[in-house]
Order: sequence, then C-alpha cells, then structure tokens
Amino acid sequence: MIWSISWRNVWRNKLRSSVVIIAVAIGLFAGVFSAFFMKGWIAQRLNDVINTEMSHIQLHKPKFKENYDFKYLINDSDAKLAEISKIEGVKSCGKRIVINSMVASAETGTGVKIIGIDTKNEKLVTNIHEKIIEGAYFDGVKRNPVVIGEKLAKKLDVGLRNKVVITVQDINGDITSGAFRVAGIYKTSNTAYDGANLFVRDTDIARLTGIEEGMYHEISIVLEDNKFLEQSTNEISKLFPELSTENWKTLSPEMGYMDELMGVYMYMIVIIILLALCFGIVNTMLMVVLERVKELGMLMAIGMNRVKVFFMIILESIFLSITGGIVGIIIGYFVTIYFGRVGMDLSMWGEGLEAIGFAAIIYPEVDFQTLIVISVMVILTGIISALYPAYKALKLNPADSIRTD
Amino acid sequence: MNIIEIKNLHKVYDENTNPVHAVNGIDLSFKEGEFAAIVGPSGSGKTTFLNVVGGLDDATNGEVFINGTNVGMLSSKQKTDFRMKNIGFVFQAYNLIPVLTAKENIEFIMQLQGKSKLERDKRTQELMKSVEMEDKLNVRPNKLSGGQQQRVAVARALASKPKFILADEPTANLDSKSTENLLNIMEKLNKEENITFIFSTHDARVVKKARRVITVEDGKVKSDEWKN
Repeated sequence: MIWSISWRNVWRNKLRSSVVIIAVAIGLFAGVFSAFFMKGWIAQRLNDVINTEMSHIQLHKPKFKENYDFKYLINDSDAKLAEISKIEGVKSCGKRIVINSMVASAETGTGVKIIGIDTKNEKLVTNIHEKIIEGAYFDGVKRNPVVIGEKLAKKLDVGLRNKVVITVQDINGDITSGAFRVAGIYKTSNTAYDGANLFVRDTDIARLTGIEEGMYHEISIVLEDNKFLEQSTNEISKLFPELSTENWKTLSPEMGYMDELMGVYMYMIVIIILLALCFGIVNTMLMVVLERVKELGMLMAIGMNRVKVFFMIILESIFLSITGGIVGIIIGYFVTIYFGRVGMDLSMWGEGLEAIGFAAIIYPEVDFQTLIVISVMVILTGIISALYPAYKALKLNPADSIRTD
Repeated sequence: MNIIEIKNLHKVYDENTNPVHAVNGIDLSFKEGEFAAIVGPSGSGKTTFLNVVGGLDDATNGEVFINGTNVGMLSSKQKTDFRMKNIGFVFQAYNLIPVLTAKENIEFIMQLQGKSKLERDKRTQELMKSVEMEDKLNVRPNKLSGGQQQRVAVARALASKPKFILADEPTANLDSKSTENLLNIMEKLNKEENITFIFSTHDARVVKKARRVITVEDGKVKSDEWKN
C-alpha cells in the first residue's frame, strides 16, 4: 500500500507535480536525443571510416607504413585472400597497390595516394562506387581510367574525360609517368580524403610501375560485424605472422578515442541535466514534507516506522522522476527514430563538417544500453533528490507533528 | 485488571531555559473496559499526558506501564511497533490519509501489521459496519463530513485490535448531532466489545457519557471521579 500511497501522493498537487514531470521530461528528452544524436554522428563517421576509407582490418608488410615504400609488396595475395575468407566473421576482402606519388593536370600538380584496385573486388570492401557524383566507376574510359575525389578534381581543375598525369617510381627505382583520364568523380563525407586519394585499376598501375601480377601492398578485410574485430584481428595475425595486421582502432586511433570520448561526453550531458533537475525535485519534495508534517506525524503515531516513512518519500520522488523520465525517454526515442529515418540536415554547416570528416546529414541512432543506463540514472536522481527531504521527515516528532496546523 | 499504570509522571518543556511543567507528577491507573474522560482547561496538560501515555512523547520523569511493559524503556523503533500493536489513536482533526478511501485507511494499519488480504477485508467490513459507515467504503475523506471522517478514524484506531483507544478531543470539530452519533458508537463499542476508551476533552457531552472523569489542572490530577 505504501507504493499506492506514494503514487497517489504524486497527484495530490497535480499542477506542481506536472510542472516537475514536464521539466524532467524536457530535460530527459534533450539528454536522450543529444546522446543518440552523438551516437549516430560517431557511428556514421566510424561507418565511413570503415566502409569508405579503410575497411575493418588491413594487412601490410611490417615496414610498409613507415614511409609507404614501394618495395614492401605482399606476394601470393590471392592465396592469402582465400585463406582469410575462411575465417569466421570475415565478410569480404580485397587487395590494393598503394603508392604515394604525384598527379598533375594541365593546370597544377599535387601529392596524392594512388590506390590501385581490382575494380570488381573493391566493391566488396569499400563503397567508393556508391559515392560517384559525376561519370561512372571506371566506365566510359577504355584506357587508363581514374576515379578522383571532388576536391582533388577542383584542385587540379579537371572534369570528366580530362587527362591527368601520374608520376611514380617504377620497380627499378626510375621515375615514370602515365596519362590517365578521369572516368568518375566521387564525393565522400570527408573532403580531406577526397582531396588526397585517387583510384586506378591495379592492372594499369602495375603495368606502369612494373609490379608483378599477384603482388600488392595492402590486403583490406571487411567483417560481418564489428563484434568480430578483435577475434578476427588475432586470428589473421596468427595466420600471417610475417605481415602487420591492424584493425581500424590502430589504423585510426583517433576514431577509437572519439568513440570512447563521446560515450563519456553524452553521459556527462545527461548527468548535468539530471543534476539541474535534482534541485527542482529536492525543492518539490521539501515542500511535500513540510506540507504534510501533520500527516507524517499521524502515520508515525499509528505505527508506521521511520524506515517506511523514509521509503514512502523516496518512492514518491522516484515516481515523480520516473514519470517525467519515461515521457522524456519515449519522446526522445521516437524523435530519434524519426530523424534516424529522414536524417537531420546540417548542410548549413556542411562544409565545415565535411572538412573534419563528418557528414552534413546526421542520422541519430537509438542505443538500448544507453537507454537502460539513463533510466537507472533517472531512478538514482529520484532517490538522491529525496534523501534530504526524507531525512527531514525522519526527524519529525509524532507528538509535535500532530499538533502542527 | 489494570492495563495502564502511570507512576509519578512528569513532562517538562524547555527544561533548561524556561521550564514548563505540562505534566507534574500524575499517578493513575486504568482498567480494561473503562470509558474515561480527562478534562481540564486549555493548557492543563491533557494532550501532553495522552501523548506520553501513548508513547508519542517521552516523559521527563516517571513511568508508564502498559500491560506490564514500561513504555519509557522502549527504543523509538520499539515504541512505534508497540503503538501499532497496542494503542489506537483518534485525533481532533481526524487525520485520515487523504489519498486513500475509507476502506483503505482502515486497512492500512492492518497491512503494516502484515495481515492477509482476506483478514483485512473481513475486519474492515466489520469495523465499517460497527461505525455505521458500511456504505462509504470506497469514498475518500474529502467526500465525507467531519462526523463521518471521525467515525472512520475510530474504525481505523480499532483495526489493529488495540488494548485501548486514546482520543484527543475527538469531538472538538464536530457539530452536536455528529458528536452524539460518534459518542453513541464509541459507547456501544465499549459496552459490547469491552474496548477501553480514554478521552481528553472539554466537551460537556463527552464528560456526560464518560463513566470516569479525571480533572487535570496545571499538570496535576485535581479530581478522579467514578460514575455509577
């Protein structure tokens, strides 16, 4: 019956309770939605990093990444790909020739990373083919097609079918050049990536540089789910101890930090909101206790012990917080679902966001673990807010309280 | 058989600064089945006396024995438990729980005692019938008149099957008809079920019904009269 009394007590002063409940609901909605917004934001960036830029896992010769030296080639790459495909959790894998070099147009030249790919196989490991905004993915140009980023195209001042010259070191250490034509222009959510990465066919760059068939610098692996990351990394590294096996967390440590930091950051926002709400609830609960001194005295007089009185006040505060919390969380959940479908258009700040690798349209993402943690935090807020008022109730003397007007 | 024994009871407020002797050496005893009124002018110490006897307040000196238990020796927690099991309270301002119905108000104390739902329902029905309120079971206090609320308060006080009822000016807020009605119910309960009632009052109608009248003045018993 204490539960029932506490719940009914919440509605004794409907206006006051409603104000507190609405405040909690608004605060929790803001907290939940901003948490899910950030979750979606980071997940999107992480998704882009994995699906567009680097895949889940990469294999190189151990010294290759020190200065992207041309000579550190992986041999028997097809056999290795076949072995990797058998590992649990591996969805697909691909091979790449990676050369840091120069590209020049009639206007200007710049340093780029030239990525030589098997165009069909690459579709299984990256989604660059889905990011084409002009032209086609290696179609329309028969000889030496190249796919470049929008930013690089602007920098070189080239368009579709325009010629660019790639200058690289060949297998003998000599400088060699090849003319390529722009078959497609891609645009990812990371303009820095678009300005620095250029895709050519592996056969074309191998011919230009003299790399033998089956020799590549990089093997990239996509997993069925991120949960296989550590397990697959370990298995692959055991399978090929002569190669350096790195997953996205080590390849792009800033993403790992950002993921963790945002987790902490979103909880901090919720904690700050709850802390502010806590003072409102304390105030309300103090009023509740002061208004009911006589009633509390009577309850103690007829035999309700202090622990139960304490529990009743705490429960009332929890109900107050939970009611507002549930409303706020539900609204936050559905607003997240809605924007998760249609996206939140931040294109007003799109240029700035894309410069740091973030998309201009954000799709907030519901995370049930966060929902559970926030719900527990709401209950704790209710308890903490009621501690002082409940302590005041405990200190009441039944005889004095009953005499109160 | 005495159910209450009070020996040299003192209650002093503001002991160090400006001492007020609200109860100043009272010796009394009450037998089972009494219908006693403690009368006296305002400030004479009636309510303080009832509070100390009921274990709501601590005595400065002296002892209160209820069924052989020295109430003053009990801890706060034990006192609460003791009150729940042994004493029924009726207050001047009814003090029903406003968010509960009449039935729930009566059931509440039985629930604190851990009684089963079946037992609670049965006892509530009986009590509501005995205070002639069986048709108001599911009505909240704000929909009841003062007299009706006080009758529910009497039923609540009886719910835990206490040894006796302490009623502090139970008729002070009631009109004459409600007072008459309430007193008749309490008298009937006293006579038919041998329930002990101790009132503090300055209502002449209560004094008229009481079989024992104890007059208190300045915290002392001035007279203790039994009626035939």
